[in-house]
Amino acid sequence: MAARGPAGSRVGNSRFAQFKLVLLGESAVGKSSIVLRFVKDQFDSYRESTIGAAFLTQTISLDENTTVKFEIWDTAGQERYKSLAPMYYRNANCAVVVYDITQAASLDKAKQWVKELQRQANENIIIALAGNKLDLVTEQPDKRAIQTADAEAYAREAGLLFFETSAKTAENVRELFTSIAKKLPLDQAGPRNPRSGGRGGVELRPDTPGTQAGGPCSC
Amino acid sequence: MDDIAPEYDVIVLGTADKLSSVLSVKGKKVLHIDRNDHYGGEAASVNIETLFKKYGNYTKGEEPWKKYGRVNDWNIDLVPKLLMSCGELTNILVSTDVTRYLEFKQVAGSYVQQGSGAKATVAKVPSDAGEALRSSLMGIFEKRRMKSFIEWVGTFDATDSASHKGLNINTCTMKDVYDKFGLEAGTRDFIGHAMALYQTDSYISEKGTAPETIERIRLYGNSVSRYGKSPYIYPLYGLGELPQGFARLSAIYGGTYMLNTNIDEVLYEGDKAVGIKATMQDRGGEEPMKFTTKCKKILADPSYFPSKAQVTGQLLKAICILNHPLAGTDNSDSCQLIIPQSQVGRNHDIYIAVVSSAHNVCPKGYYIAIVSTIAETSANHHLELAPGFERLGKIEEKFMYQGPSIPLYEPLESGVNDNIFISKSYDATSHFETTTDDVKDIYRRAEGHDLVVEGLREGTNLVGEE
Repeated sequence: MAARGPAGSRVGNSRFAQFKLVLLGESAVGKSSIVLRFVKDQFDSYRESTIGAAFLTQTISLDENTTVKFEIWDTAGQERYKSLAPMYYRNANCAVVVYDITQAASLDKAKQWVKELQRQANENIIIALAGNKLDLVTEQPDKRAIQTADAEAYAREAGLLFFETSAKTAENVRELFTSIAKKLPLDQAGPRNPRSGGRGGVELRPDTPGTQAGGPCSC
Repeated sequence: MDDIAPEYDVIVLGTADKLSSVLSVKGKKVLHIDRNDHYGGEAASVNIETLFKKYGNYTKGEEPWKKYGRVNDWNIDLVPKLLMSCGELTNILVSTDVTRYLEFKQVAGSYVQQGSGAKATVAKVPSDAGEALRSSLMGIFEKRRMKSFIEWVGTFDATDSASHKGLNINTCTMKDVYDKFGLEAGTRDFIGHAMALYQTDSYISEKGTAPETIERIRLYGNSVSRYGKSPYIYPLYGLGELPQGFARLSAIYGGTYMLNTNIDEVLYEGDKAVGIKATMQDRGGEEPMKFTTKCKKILADPSYFPSKAQVTGQLLKAICILNHPLAGTDNSDSCQLIIPQSQVGRNHDIYIAVVSSAHNVCPKGYYIAIVSTIAETSANHHLELAPGFERLGKIEEKFMYQGPSIPLYEPLESGVNDNIFISKSYDATSHFETTTDDVKDIYRRAEGHDLVVEGLREGTNLVGEE
């Protein structure tokens, strides 16, 4: 399985680390679009609520020796009725909380999600705040409902990374993930992500033909 | 808040998470509603503070959970169950890819008790011919008889009468089979209860149960040989991960979940249920949201329709916190110990399931042991579980309902007449095989055909490209 490789490893001078990243924010602020831009460099204006992907992965090279792989969990729409489970937050190393800079209420929701993260997730989780739909205000400045300075002040106070992004034009999307990667404790990746091997868990695979056939004395 | 769709194919109420996800994967439009504020209802895992508060066994003003470390390091199951590594639930998990969100660990041992009181001994359940020969459960001659029985089970083929030892396998009883091998009563006990996992002895005298019993013994053996130590596996962070994993799977396929939501009314047209009126309580302090939606059918656990279900028994259960492993279990960090009914003069087995910090369900040094059985008296529940408590040694904390025991429900009707398809309660068995049978049964009733587990995700790629 893709997610079960070594979480952190070092070969010679090169480092490889894998982290779980969760997305949060109100419906329709562009969570999935940001991921789609980051992972596939695509944008789809009529994207419906997320269906079909358990999680996506994308790798960033911080420098020639350092590679960070994100395992990105989308909400799959479970934020709509506040039905995100503890499992979603479990062992998340980092989170992107998204709001829509043209919708004033969406920043309030984002603040609630930050609180929820601080309650549910790892103490050391790295949180980035992303004000999305920057393209809309570039075209029509009067659409802006949340001033950059206000959101930035909140982010600084709460200890969050902060970017205004556009999934549509790709502005700041890669920068957002790169700055998260830079803040992650690359040398501690292993123990913080128990899903990724080394814990003596069992691997459940579909049976190969014959495994079921032998009866108790097949061994 | 988004609008609720005007109609769903299926509305699922309560703890039928496996069904919602299976139906979502199969392309049905599913709305899943639970009155609780967490996934899994009674099948959830809770932290130790919640457990104390749920059972109420502490003095107001005191906070006894504080001496057990960080409350969130505890994930205590309310329903004690283990998965068989070759069982149907494991197959469903693998074929639906729920395994992407869960990590499993082996349960270290499977044990059985022989005798009772001061003479009780605990021994590993032998899973193959070699273990049978080394087992302390049997004398020297009995070991050889057991070895030839296990070997026969391995080569048994229901369709080949040459492998039936001269028995008419479809009409004989399991007693006839045991007699054929000359097995002693004690051996029959651990075969039937610790390997075939029957809860009572009625399978022995019932005609035609031999093929199923043999199948169960093979499932046990195959499950042991899959990972080596025991036939059981268990999810890290507790069983409460299962409903969450199934819920996420359902959501990924477009299913909608609403927790904290009460059903105000079921809407009928004639005899048939066609929709619901419900209210979602908002935890953020906003107004509750009332809504009405239609559906083709309703699937529910019996707690939502008590008048459409009957009580078939009472489950007795005690959740115990220990700071040591069970005696006689080779210091296992986890195990299943079965006390067959006849060993302690009962009609129903007593199960003990033990898990520990090895499964991220409690801090290091602690063990969670759940003792359970079916009630045979209307009082003295503590006494009924006593043979189980004897196995635990010193108990730090014991959580047990003081009042009436937990009723086990079964639906009165198939659901075809009113479009309301009701599941059974989780039973006293310590594994999921019966639960999965129930999932298949309700699926067959509701959908009119058998649930085929393989190929559920044909043509679907659940994981993004690298």
